[in-house]
Amino acid sequence: MDAIILQILNGLDKGSAYALIALGLTLIFGTLGVVNFAHGALFMIGAFCAVTLSRILTLSHTVIDETQKDFLGNPLKVDVPYIYDIFGQATGDAIIDWAVPISILFAIPVMVGIGFAMERGLIKHFYKRPHADQILVTFGLAIVLQEIIKYFYGANPIPTPAPDAFRGSFDFGAMLGFDPNTIIYPYWRLVYFAFAAVIIGAVFAFLQFTTFGMVVRAGMADRETVGLLGINIDKRFTIMFGIAAAVAGLAGVMYTPINSPNYHMGMDFLVLSFVVVVVGGMGSLSGAVLAGFLLGILESFASMAIVLETLPGINQIIIYLVAIIILLTRPRGLMGRKGVMEE
Amino acid sequence: MGLNKKDFTLLIIVAILCVFAPFILNPFPEGSAMAQFNAGYPDLMQRLVIFGIFAIGFNILFGLTGYLSFGHAAFLGVGSYAAIWMMKLLTMNVIPAIIISVLVAGLFSLLVGWISLRRSGIYFSILTLAFAQMSYSLAYSVLTPITGGETGLQPKVNDPRILDGALAAGETPRANLFGLQMNQSYEMAVGNWVFTFNAGYYLAAIVMLIAFYISIRIFRSPFGMMLRAVKSNQQRLNYTGLNAKPYTLAAFVISGMYAGLAGGLLVAMDTQVGAERMFWTASGEVVLMTILGGAGTLIGPVLGAGFIKYMENIVSKINKSILEQWFAFMPDGIEDLLITLVYPFIGKGWHLTLGILFMLVVIFLPGGLVEGGQRVGRLFKRKKPADDKPDGKTTPAE
Repeated sequence: MDAIILQILNGLDKGSAYALIALGLTLIFGTLGVVNFAHGALFMIGAFCAVTLSRILTLSHTVIDETQKDFLGNPLKVDVPYIYDIFGQATGDAIIDWAVPISILFAIPVMVGIGFAMERGLIKHFYKRPHADQILVTFGLAIVLQEIIKYFYGANPIPTPAPDAFRGSFDFGAMLGFDPNTIIYPYWRLVYFAFAAVIIGAVFAFLQFTTFGMVVRAGMADRETVGLLGINIDKRFTIMFGIAAAVAGLAGVMYTPINSPNYHMGMDFLVLSFVVVVVGGMGSLSGAVLAGFLLGILESFASMAIVLETLPGINQIIIYLVAIIILLTRPRGLMGRKGVMEE
Repeated sequence: MGLNKKDFTLLIIVAILCVFAPFILNPFPEGSAMAQFNAGYPDLMQRLVIFGIFAIGFNILFGLTGYLSFGHAAFLGVGSYAAIWMMKLLTMNVIPAIIISVLVAGLFSLLVGWISLRRSGIYFSILTLAFAQMSYSLAYSVLTPITGGETGLQPKVNDPRILDGALAAGETPRANLFGLQMNQSYEMAVGNWVFTFNAGYYLAAIVMLIAFYISIRIFRSPFGMMLRAVKSNQQRLNYTGLNAKPYTLAAFVISGMYAGLAGGLLVAMDTQVGAERMFWTASGEVVLMTILGGAGTLIGPVLGAGFIKYMENIVSKINKSILEQWFAFMPDGIEDLLITLVYPFIGKGWHLTLGILFMLVVIFLPGGLVEGGQRVGRLFKRKKPADDKPDGKTTPAE
């Protein structure tokens, strides 16, 4: 029992990342009808927003500290971050420590801006082109974006730690009445899951309970009619693209403490996220979220030692295997609607 | 040979280019500043033609039927593994290795195609991608006894090789064609130029010409017409009472066999395999080659493969000091500015250049280099009313 709970927990953080990226992909597909292969790159750029902000916060100038001497007796040169000068040392340290959560505020405008630029500058011209062309051009864009990041940040992963308060682990088993130390779960992963749940809830609430969301849903159902009613649906869809980019970016920001960001992390997640979208059903938002968590948890179950003994290597291929089975038995995916992306 | 005059001319031109490639690709004398643009060395020439084969095969599927496969590197990888095992177990002669690589890749693509072709459009792309990623992950992990995992496979001195005689002491196993070693080269020095004629290159070039000939025949055959019908309107095809599946499956298997052939040749030229050649970016690369050259045209994929592999080698070799030499004649400030501007795109930045190029082609020139050539050609002879090439510009099916 405890092993099962542990695996479900382990699947949650990866599942959250899949769900967030797949949600953005589905939003873009559902509104604009575009298959966006550059969505993984947006996730990656989000992660690098966190890296950038923590670098900005630790920008330092050198000060000669008379109180400390090095072994030759000369006064020691100390790097002092500019942020100390503004907020004082204690607050400055706290801000640097909380760089990753603070990056959320920094990442939202950046990602929305990138989303707008992408949609207006490139994707807009591809609405009428075949899906294959959309895949190809966004694939090219993904290569370009990741190479730009590689040029500025190098090819190595950049560790970006979580705030000190969340660095430990949390004994989940003791809380549920199991023996202590059977179910241990890092705090940050719990934070990630909660964060993902909030974002997903916010996106759904936005679509469900606001007038803007209602218009967007109407546009997803029948773009032409909404346009004929005198509503500028293109503008709203552009905003949705920005929101989808921000969702992917935030997923990336919060993922940095779990996995040090490198320039190809987007591509790694993209392939899996596409599988998630297809399993969930093209164009179905709830399907994407459901499939994201399902596949994340399934993946962590497949990497249990007992499973690996009987089926070696299954953890590497389980997601693809499930995708193949689902696509062959339920061609529209788990929750796909009729008429979306049918041939 | 069953070709019309135009196709025959095309085949002859390609043949001539292949035969004289050591000259054509080596236009600059040794030691000159331009020598880094020379591509006439065996390793690169071999890759140019081998990836040409890969792209020709991919084009039979994507160019004719419009099915966009994102997993073709898996067939290339499977073919490579089959070939290396032939070399380990049977003989270092490349003929059995190449034959078995085609057969194994064909069987594997039959399995993958049979399942993937139940769906079309983006679902087909995702399914092939899933199969390729599965093959890659398995080759890296569980199948290590067969694939060598991370280290890959090479022929070893103490492999059985039941058809070959025992190796002399200190001799290493080398790929050969009835005794003619694949890495054997004849160098011809003319003045300052050195031209290299490599046995492996010519074998690969001959195979590519055969592959090109077969692809022309497929394009011009009733079978090819059926495949185009699948691309333009599969529904109408179904309504006329025809089942498209056998045709698309045949196209898929043929293109899988081409990929296997390319994999086998890669092993024949350079006797080692690693799982990374099955990674999905490798599948993406062949898509790039085909699109860049011109999907659905005969010569496009060969051009695209040649262009990408050439640029990859040449551009990634340029470094900062070479740039400094080039711009040395300019005033210092402008020189520095130019170098800073150009530097991200060369050397390690090759993929950036490739990505930008690829986007530009997809946006402005969906027909690829071939369409670009046609447009330029049309500028010069304006009186010709219409384009007589029906397959010049086509849109992939959903």
